[in-house]
Amino acid sequence: MSAHDEMIGQPARPRGVLARFAAFREDKPHVFLLLLMMAVALVLMDPRTWVLLTISGLAMGAMVFLMASGMTLTFGLMNVLNLAHGAFISLGAFAGASVLVWLSRQASEPSLLINLAAILPALGFALVVAGLLGLVFERLVIKPVYGDHLKQILVTVGGSIIIMELIHVVWGPNEIPVPRPEALTGAFLLPDALPVIGGVALEKYRLIAVVLGLAIYGLMTWIIERTRVGILIRAGVESREMVEVQGYRIRLLFLGVFVAGSALAGLGGAMWAMYREIITAHMGDELMISVIVVIILGGLGSIKGCFYGAVLVGLINLYVGYLEPRLAAVATVGLMVGVLMWRPQGLIPVIKV
Amino acid sequence: MLNGMFNRILSGDYPRSRALSVLLVLIGVCLALGPFLFPGVRAFSMLGMICVFIIVVASYDLMLGYTHIVSFAHTMFFGIGAYGVAMSTDAFGSGFGAVFIGIGGAIVMSVLLSLLLGLLSLRVKAIFFALVTLAVAFAFLSLVTQLYNITGGEDGLAVRGPRELGPAFRPFDSKVPGFSVVDFIAGVFTQGSIGQAFNDAVFEVRVNGRHLMYYITFAISLAVFLFLLRMVNSPFGRVLQAIRENEFRAQALGYRTVFYRTAAVIVSAVLATLAGVLFALINRYVNPENTLNFELMVFILLMCVIGGMGTLYGAVVGTAVFLLAQNYLQDLLGLLVSNAEPGSLFAELAGPDRWLLWFGLLFVLSVYFFPSGIVGQLRLWAERRRERKAAPAASPLKQES
Amino acid sequence: MAESILSLSGVRADIDQYHILHGVDLQVPKGELTVLLGRNGAGKSTTLRTIMGLTTVTEGKVRFRGEDITGQPTPRIARKGIAFVPENMGIFSLLTVRENMVLAAVDGPMDPARLDWVFDLFPPLKKFWNRAAGNLSGGQKQMLAIARAIIEPRELLLVDEPTKGLAPAIINDLAGAFEQLKQQQVTVLLVEQNFNFSRRLGQSAAVMNDGGVVWSGQMTELAENDDLQHELLGLGLGEHQ
Repeated sequence: MSAHDEMIGQPARPRGVLARFAAFREDKPHVFLLLLMMAVALVLMDPRTWVLLTISGLAMGAMVFLMASGMTLTFGLMNVLNLAHGAFISLGAFAGASVLVWLSRQASEPSLLINLAAILPALGFALVVAGLLGLVFERLVIKPVYGDHLKQILVTVGGSIIIMELIHVVWGPNEIPVPRPEALTGAFLLPDALPVIGGVALEKYRLIAVVLGLAIYGLMTWIIERTRVGILIRAGVESREMVEVQGYRIRLLFLGVFVAGSALAGLGGAMWAMYREIITAHMGDELMISVIVVIILGGLGSIKGCFYGAVLVGLINLYVGYLEPRLAAVATVGLMVGVLMWRPQGLIPVIKV
Repeated sequence: MLNGMFNRILSGDYPRSRALSVLLVLIGVCLALGPFLFPGVRAFSMLGMICVFIIVVASYDLMLGYTHIVSFAHTMFFGIGAYGVAMSTDAFGSGFGAVFIGIGGAIVMSVLLSLLLGLLSLRVKAIFFALVTLAVAFAFLSLVTQLYNITGGEDGLAVRGPRELGPAFRPFDSKVPGFSVVDFIAGVFTQGSIGQAFNDAVFEVRVNGRHLMYYITFAISLAVFLFLLRMVNSPFGRVLQAIRENEFRAQALGYRTVFYRTAAVIVSAVLATLAGVLFALINRYVNPENTLNFELMVFILLMCVIGGMGTLYGAVVGTAVFLLAQNYLQDLLGLLVSNAEPGSLFAELAGPDRWLLWFGLLFVLSVYFFPSGIVGQLRLWAERRRERKAAPAASPLKQES
Repeated sequence: MAESILSLSGVRADIDQYHILHGVDLQVPKGELTVLLGRNGAGKSTTLRTIMGLTTVTEGKVRFRGEDITGQPTPRIARKGIAFVPENMGIFSLLTVRENMVLAAVDGPMDPARLDWVFDLFPPLKKFWNRAAGNLSGGQKQMLAIARAIIEPRELLLVDEPTKGLAPAIINDLAGAFEQLKQQQVTVLLVEQNFNFSRRLGQSAAVMNDGGVVWSGQMTELAENDDLQHELLGLGLGEHQ
């Protein structure tokens, strides 16, 4: 009886500082890398700049997280590579921007409450439009090529071209300026009296982005960890077949996850639109590179990995962007290559690719 | 006897379809005699592009069609070749020496980078690889665009090639007559007199260094194509195809698949670099948009797939069809909407600027319904016709193996 | 002889381009434990997977409770009351024991009485309720796999080689669990290589070879006939290929 009461797979307790440090690096590579990056940056610049860049990096990370979370789940769960994801980001940006322009009266009021009457519909519209397109896209374009990665790459690249061209048709070929709602412009000024970071101006929008990103991360984590749907998703990432054997129609789950992922991409795009205040149909292409780096860095199928990956990408973009702007993109990709050499499955691997 | 000679030249890999053979001969003749069949700068430029991109797409097919390696870094290698020549002639003057220094440097860089990619493919699985190449290519593009002082940034570099390959050089003074087939046919219909149409179709060609450059490109393009044909029909090529069908089985048979895959990537990269060199010399201007752009990468993918993956002949057909379409589809669409209301939905959808929309649609539809591309489809039809001729009676019941 | 709850007639099935089953005829009597025997590669696992709809049936019919379920999607087949415990157990190693069981209870929250019964059968599951299933030992994983299949009342259980790689003490526990299932009149189709285990539990038996059923009958028939065992299963001395 006692023979099979024992548990296997329990790690022995490490002793000594060096051993503990190594264990920390092994068990929590994402935190380790994050702290390492922040520490190195702190050494290379003055504290006030560091605070500014870190907040901006976190803001960018939050928005990229929104865009990337859909793709990592889609790939982790459905084993579908959707290279049209960038087009969904662009579409969300344009949809959100259109609503903001349409409701520009409410958006230009200084009161936050009135602004919300423009912001919430804009974000909501972006969510819905991108989600609907996701639904149509999955049924029409993706479903016939399940299981064939090569064909998936081909048709989603083609689909991306078509969607971006349609954006040109509807909104014209030029870039469109996006009015940021009045209450979200400007910055909080930290009082000079504060030590080290006193006098730093924290942009309001960036703080909001961080808060929103954390909130959605929290919501997604709650859904994945606590709800039945979350259990299904995690099980499906491990084995689609066994989920079907249990009696669940995993195809419906796929569709739901794809739609949710597309909607989130659209939301991220809309947030980005208000951040950059200018959008083009091809913005999705550039952001896709960051998304790809994030999901590979973080580990496919892992929401937590996606979040940490996004934060790392946001930070490195901002840090290197300040220290040596010409190398920002190279540094981001270099980070991905470096992590891949260290951890071929990503920082928090969920599925074995 | 002639058959034997063809067998050796084509390495036993025949077109296997009469329609395809006709098409290939047509393309071949048009390219060989192009400057003397199609007047005008636009046509001449396009001929050169077709020759260059046949190399690009055929080398891409080696990876995609024969080994099922999806890479988005092909434009990166193309750009390395183009910028290599551009930068070295910028730095060392316009002699042939500078050109060869550029070629050498570019090839070294390409080999190193493709080795790195091959190494990465060791660590990550196939589907990661495609994404990783996309990111790496983007990083390279960003680097080139940012290092304005060396690469000219977004403005690019003008390529001052050797004088012998430029418009000022005259190998011989007399003018060579050319005959424009298109103008002749159009003339027959509009003027009714064959003799008159004939006279109108004749034009004069002042042979200069650019024609020399064109024929060098044509020759290299032909040589590369035949080389690739030889390669895919060799034992090496057969291992690649075995890896394509079932990598695990190939490994079980004792092949070190990583080496073969990396070799395919390196060969492909070096050929793309070579194409980039030719591009720089022919086009005389390189910038990030015409060499490293993601859109260009997608075009290469389109040309390879539409022509027919894994056939090599598909590269020839796909390139020709695509570049023709890209050039003249816009004219066609412009004609279509010339009578429509500007700003109307029809004008927006069918306008010449939206040619990519329709092309993208055609591409997606072809992946679903004609996955084997033009060449594959022509071969399929030819095979069916042969089967029908061989067994006109009812088809025999299939035996279970 | 009890009526058949499951019947396969002339079933041919493929995996990719390989023909695995070459016409399987099998009757599984209701309320009994039927053992499916045969050498490696005979097609036993494929038969179970085919019943669950996980392979492509090119010919023949699979009938469950008289209803034709050939070619139906796996979730629908499962919902008709068939549970499947595959050869690799198929538990979700990243989920906890509790989450594995929650998923298995498709029809809603678990019945507490039934859960207690499962805990009685397999005490370690209660002890490691909140641990990741991947951290369990082989025997415990097998218990979880079977527990998942029985947490909700099912009419037919398909179990593929549950004793593979397990210590004799655990095999004993598993046998006890199957005895209880037999008492509850649950129909079980058990694929096994372990002849003793099969002999102890099986009421009916069928032997497969080369993708087809070559013998079927009562377990006692097979158990008492050494020559038959030798001929069908290659058991005993002097066996030849």
